[in-house]
Amino acid sequence: MSQLAGRSVKSVATKAIWIRRAKAQSATARFSPELAGARPLLLLLLLILLGALLLLSLSLGSASIPFDQVASVLLGGEADRLAWTHIVLKFRLPKALTAIFAGMALGVSGLLMQTYFRNPLAEPFVLGVSSGASMGVALVVLTAGGVGGALLAGLGLAGDLLLTAAAGLGATLSMSLVLLVAIRIQSSATLLLLGLMFGYLVSAMVSLLLYFALPERIQAYINWTFGSFSGVTGEQLPVLAMIVLAGLLLSAALSKPLNALLLGEDYARSLGANLKWTRIGIVLATALLVSAVTAFCGPIAFIGIAVPHLCRGLLASADHRLLLPGTCLAGACVALCASIIAELPGNNLVLPLNVVTALMGAPVVMLVILRQVRGKL
Amino acid sequence: MKAPALQTRGLAIGYRRRAKDDITLASGLNLGLRAGELVGLLGPNGVGKSTLLRTLAGINKPLAGRVLLGDQDVALLTPLALARRLSMVLTVAPQPNLMNGYSLVALGRHPHSDWLGRLSAADRKTIAWALNAVDGADLAEKPLAQLSDGQRQKLMIARALAQDAEVMLLDEPTAYLDLPRRVETMQLLKGLARSAQRAILVSTHDLDLALRSCHQLWLMSDLGIKTGAPEDLVLDGAFGDTFDAAGIAFDKRVGSFVLDPPHGPQVSVSGAGDHAIWMRRALERSGYIPSDQAGAIEVAHRANGVGRWHLRINGRASTHTSIQALLNALEGERA
Repeated sequence: MSQLAGRSVKSVATKAIWIRRAKAQSATARFSPELAGARPLLLLLLLILLGALLLLSLSLGSASIPFDQVASVLLGGEADRLAWTHIVLKFRLPKALTAIFAGMALGVSGLLMQTYFRNPLAEPFVLGVSSGASMGVALVVLTAGGVGGALLAGLGLAGDLLLTAAAGLGATLSMSLVLLVAIRIQSSATLLLLGLMFGYLVSAMVSLLLYFALPERIQAYINWTFGSFSGVTGEQLPVLAMIVLAGLLLSAALSKPLNALLLGEDYARSLGANLKWTRIGIVLATALLVSAVTAFCGPIAFIGIAVPHLCRGLLASADHRLLLPGTCLAGACVALCASIIAELPGNNLVLPLNVVTALMGAPVVMLVILRQVRGKL
Repeated sequence: MKAPALQTRGLAIGYRRRAKDDITLASGLNLGLRAGELVGLLGPNGVGKSTLLRTLAGINKPLAGRVLLGDQDVALLTPLALARRLSMVLTVAPQPNLMNGYSLVALGRHPHSDWLGRLSAADRKTIAWALNAVDGADLAEKPLAQLSDGQRQKLMIARALAQDAEVMLLDEPTAYLDLPRRVETMQLLKGLARSAQRAILVSTHDLDLALRSCHQLWLMSDLGIKTGAPEDLVLDGAFGDTFDAAGIAFDKRVGSFVLDPPHGPQVSVSGAGDHAIWMRRALERSGYIPSDQAGAIEVAHRANGVGRWHLRINGRASTHTSIQALLNALEGERA
């Protein structure tokens, strides 16, 4: 008897949950049927996750710092030990913020490229901007004479600055080239092909430089290609932040034509989108975001291609007004996560960032995509 | 008569080629599309129907002449101003994943909404009206991935309606749909032209359907475009001139094409109703000429009896249970 009662209580409870859920869903639907099926509230969850990851990244590292100490430093106070305050403010905070900005930039630029080219394999680097950056770095690292080499070896910070400047210059040059092409070429497929070919061309030149370079120089170049969030100092951070924010604002302004582009270019035009300015806007935003990140952090792979897919799966929406903030938050979370793991907390060993992003992220994205496919069948 | 919503003045369409002569598909076109009218654009493949539609929509530039929306040149309108007055539906309905029916139709409000595409109460009213107009309210909350081609095309038409433009251009919107869906779509467009006072131009290969549902037809051939009421175009032979080719001919009596015009012996068919009609078609299909006069070969249908089909040929009578059996016997006797 009591067993029976127990079961019925349980089933009533389940039913109540289902009814509540259905009501909640239909309430959202009645308010805005375009969101039926989507999960916009996950944005809030992503924001909370980002906050938690930020705290975690400030606390974890070669030396672990308690959360309450991190919190008091963040709130303008002092940690129990002076070294802790120093570590958090001088090292870990700039690094975490760099990871956040880089993650946002890569996630959003990946989304822009995938939507514009209507290709799930598109990523921030398809336009060849990072190839330009790598060319700049390769030129400095591999061909620098005695002076440059001494600079790199002796003055660590100045060397980093030189690399950043070289990468930034290379990225800016290639970005101007792509923009010039984007202004003239109407077909997105042509633009994609030209970008890819440009990338191959530059990579070949870099390979040529590598082929004739000294082994220890090559190592320095390879280190740059691993990517890192730790090279950005507190003074450089505002520059990165400004460029990334400009790119993000431009992207936000493009969310309406981006939605129209989901139907293809012909339909987008018939819905009143100005294709030329949209194309220029998308290329400019991507170029700003990618060149800033590549200059300061190196060519960080995977985040740009994976985060948009992850977001579409999580938010169950194709609307860029959800996806843009979504890729921002998810990109930042993924980058922070990768940065924490690369540090191997409690250890002095540091893994290459690009190794971690792919090793950690690829399985997650595979899972999300497989779930999406299963849901469709 | 009202002034046309869309008209062309001396329009020439085709392709510009660099450092070579332009390819002109049609020239000297003076066409008019009026509100309240469904106009069918018919013509053989490759004659330039899509190019005409794209030129009317301002996507392709005219080689010569002008396209006017009201009194404004389409080429001089901004994309936004154009989208407020002219909407399009293309052959293939795109399938963006993770979008539901409502958000697809809501894209139609883009030319009217703010920079973020936010929907006002008035926008939502228009969207609901458009969804109801295509009888697609039940598709609103369904993901597009779960819909059929026909359902998605229906939503694309609703999206064009939601755009609230006076002129609607549709490029073979029914090409991938089955017959009932095609009939439904054309009826829908016909109704919308009248009820919503839209000027609708639809290109199609469905001659029969176009003849039955369009208020006007534009017949496009290599010689140019003939316009008029469907029946007038049939009677003055324009249909035949446009489409006749080896092996098919336009039959004015029934308003459709017949394959391999029959040339065999006459067969007299007696009886009335469906059975006689379909027997005639079977005979035609097999190369005989059905007739009403008595002749050497006679075929009749009787409602009772096991062998319902009666055949008399060369003075011999036989009965058969199906049209197929009768045709076989007829072939055998003639051989």
